[in-house]
Amino acid sequence: MMQSDIYTVNVGPIHPSTHGGLHAEAVMDGEIIQDVIVHLGYVHRSVEKIAESKTYQQFVPYTARLDYLATNLPVLGYCQTVEKLLGIQVPERAEYIRVIMAELSRIASHQIAIAATGIDLGATTGLMYGMRDRERIMNIFEMTGGQRLLSSYIRIGGVAADIPKEFIPVVRSFAHDIPLMIDEYNGLMTGNEIWAARMQGVGILSLEDAVKYGVTGPNLRASGIAYDIRKAEPYGIYDRFDFDIPVGSRGDSLDRWKVRIEELRQSGRIIEQALDNLPEGEITARVPKVLKPEPGIEVYHRIESAKGELGYYIVSDGGKKPYRLHVRAPSFINLMVLPLVCRGGVFQDIITNIATLDPILGESDR
Amino acid sequence: MEHLFTNLAAAFTGWMITLGLSPVWADIILLLVKWIIIITIITLNIIVLIWLERKVSAFFQERLGPNRLGPFGIFQTIADAIKLLTKEDIVPSAADKLIFKTAPMFFIVVAVMLYTVIPLGQGMEVINLNIGLLFFISIGSLSTIALLMAGWGSDNKWSLMGAVRSVAQMISYEIPLAFSLLGVVMISGSLNLQDIVAAQDNLWFIILQPIAFITYFIAATAELNRGPFDMPEAEQELTGGAYTEYTGMRWALFFLAEYTNLVAVSALMATVFLGGWQGPWLPSWLWIIIKTYGVILVFFWVKWTFPRIRMDQLMSFSWKVLVPVSLGNILLTGAGIYFCKWMGWC
Amino acid sequence: MQEFDLEQMVQNIEEQLGDKIRTERDQFFTVLNIDSSELLKLMRELRDDYGFNYLANLSSVDYGEEFEVVYHLYSIPDNNKVCVKTRVSRNSAEVDSLIDIWPTADWQEREVYDLMGINFKGHPNLIRVLLPDDFAGHPLRKDFVMGGR
Repeated sequence: MMQSDIYTVNVGPIHPSTHGGLHAEAVMDGEIIQDVIVHLGYVHRSVEKIAESKTYQQFVPYTARLDYLATNLPVLGYCQTVEKLLGIQVPERAEYIRVIMAELSRIASHQIAIAATGIDLGATTGLMYGMRDRERIMNIFEMTGGQRLLSSYIRIGGVAADIPKEFIPVVRSFAHDIPLMIDEYNGLMTGNEIWAARMQGVGILSLEDAVKYGVTGPNLRASGIAYDIRKAEPYGIYDRFDFDIPVGSRGDSLDRWKVRIEELRQSGRIIEQALDNLPEGEITARVPKVLKPEPGIEVYHRIESAKGELGYYIVSDGGKKPYRLHVRAPSFINLMVLPLVCRGGVFQDIITNIATLDPILGESDR
Repeated sequence: MEHLFTNLAAAFTGWMITLGLSPVWADIILLLVKWIIIITIITLNIIVLIWLERKVSAFFQERLGPNRLGPFGIFQTIADAIKLLTKEDIVPSAADKLIFKTAPMFFIVVAVMLYTVIPLGQGMEVINLNIGLLFFISIGSLSTIALLMAGWGSDNKWSLMGAVRSVAQMISYEIPLAFSLLGVVMISGSLNLQDIVAAQDNLWFIILQPIAFITYFIAATAELNRGPFDMPEAEQELTGGAYTEYTGMRWALFFLAEYTNLVAVSALMATVFLGGWQGPWLPSWLWIIIKTYGVILVFFWVKWTFPRIRMDQLMSFSWKVLVPVSLGNILLTGAGIYFCKWMGWC
Repeated sequence: MQEFDLEQMVQNIEEQLGDKIRTERDQFFTVLNIDSSELLKLMRELRDDYGFNYLANLSSVDYGEEFEVVYHLYSIPDNNKVCVKTRVSRNSAEVDSLIDIWPTADWQEREVYDLMGINFKGHPNLIRVLLPDDFAGHPLRKDFVMGGR
């Protein structure tokens, strides 16, 4: 009988496939994973402490750096939280522009997830497909906010500037092309035998476990429940849009992958509807220069970010800076199930699971 | 044109004999000269090949690829080679120094040895060995040891895992590789590669042995450690596998050897299945180059399309699919030959 | 199962726990202020009897003399929400861990421990999660002195 030993392999913090400074310590028995110990904090900046020394407006750019791949979503969440705190009513036009920008960010984030999953599984061409299409979104962001990656275009009370004339046709043609992009991703990757073999039955997350561990976003929906905050507790004007929630059934990597791809299509539908109904008018509410919410007031506001439930908990003491700000980061909590889904798999499954759980370390480490 | 190189060789031997050398010595010197020429051609060819792979992959991925140095970026590889040559050569302090340092040399030597038996044209080969095919397969398996040396010598878990994987993979795929060539040997009745080429005078073996061609192609991809079977490297998982700790020229030697292997295996494939140097109008040595490059392009295409397979799936694919299929092919070939003889066709 | 009624639930809980609980309502949340000794019991009841199967957010606030630990609970898929708060004194900052009720409390409690320095009784692996293991102090406390600059 052969004797085997337990040994550890450090996936990260410097490793090609950890999507940032993630350190997963794999405890292995041969090729079989016994356990995964996740070490976080390699990109910790303590934004919650920084928030306490910045005014409400000054903190906006910091939120853009949480989920830097879907930059408008954390900014939107923060601005809406502050607006809730102060009771600011955002003008209609700004709401529609916000929805367009938020959904574009969601698409960008999912396309990065698709690209990264491609490269992580060795389908190098998949990386380029995702990146190529995301580039168009970056150009749209540049058109509006002047910045490509971290635009901070959404501001408290509205948006920073009105959209330029050429914005609408460009976004419309992008939304029109989304089904074609999906066909390409499916043709290159989803339909591939090896791809299916690498993902099917890998990293199964049961619905029960997903809810218990607080997993949200596409990862939860892949486990088989249509829970999307845009529908469950609509924020902004999301109750006006008609879209479906893609749901998986087994909760394995392939389902998570398919849910993300299908969400591209749904986001495209939302964008088209928003473009159709975009009203004229103001782009920002009248917001005082210095924001001072009432003392003692506090709010927890959550939005459906690309990774899951992104929540902000802000406590005000009546000053111009938040007394306490907490970010409920979906990536942080989604990563908690990494050991759970990896156990019993083989070494290469760690990479697949990290890719399909799609964490973003800027957000999880804050 | 056809006899350009053979005439040159004959003239060279004749010149040496006129200088007073005995024919035996002249032969030995000719052999060395052939070797040196082949090594030079391989190295130059690989510079082109790396550029070609980058351009081809760029085409698949809708990128531009190298386009700065020279027309179409053709000098990019040369610049890269100079860069690699001038880089610091890092040897990890915990490494098994001797094994670590000799592994890349061993790898490239083995790769170059493969060219000894490949017929590069009519009457053009370094040695006309009557067990050429067997020699090729045996020498090809030796590269496993080089990878194991690299993985073991590096004293790094990633390297060792990559090395262990590549050994497991290569040994498993060695078997269907040899089996699929066996069908060809049965038909041609010879292990001599020139004889195998001659046997394809009327009909290429890809038509007589389509299953063998496919199994050989898959097994060869695994033998070459190319995508989708690039398990030993697996940049995204093993951070470079057996090559993780190598830098500069030592790493470049591995890289070079991989491409050398690629060309050799493609040339063998052209020889065994695609009629070798035979072809109309053009000289024989040009035909083998065209066919080899054709096969190489298919290798590129596969690599840049497929995702990487998982290790356990890789192993079960070899033992559960490729080995039975290639064995079945041998059975079929045997039955076919018997039938053919019985009918009096051959 | 009958229709969920938040008011009814609050009434039931208030009857049961008496002066250990104090209910507040603002425009966003119904807040249950619970004495830290009864936290575990209340939470178990909220999950088992009222279907709050999802602990969305676990956070903490430094109020000088006391720390407040804040829990935002939701139910999936009905989407009822409630906020639970409990206060502990700065000198003996210790709360019961909820890891047995919602495993998602694991890292969130570690984060609060890491940044705010509140102990969670019964947590099997209470170590720092974001900061290095040898870090001194808890940065989100108001009396934390920031170095550098």
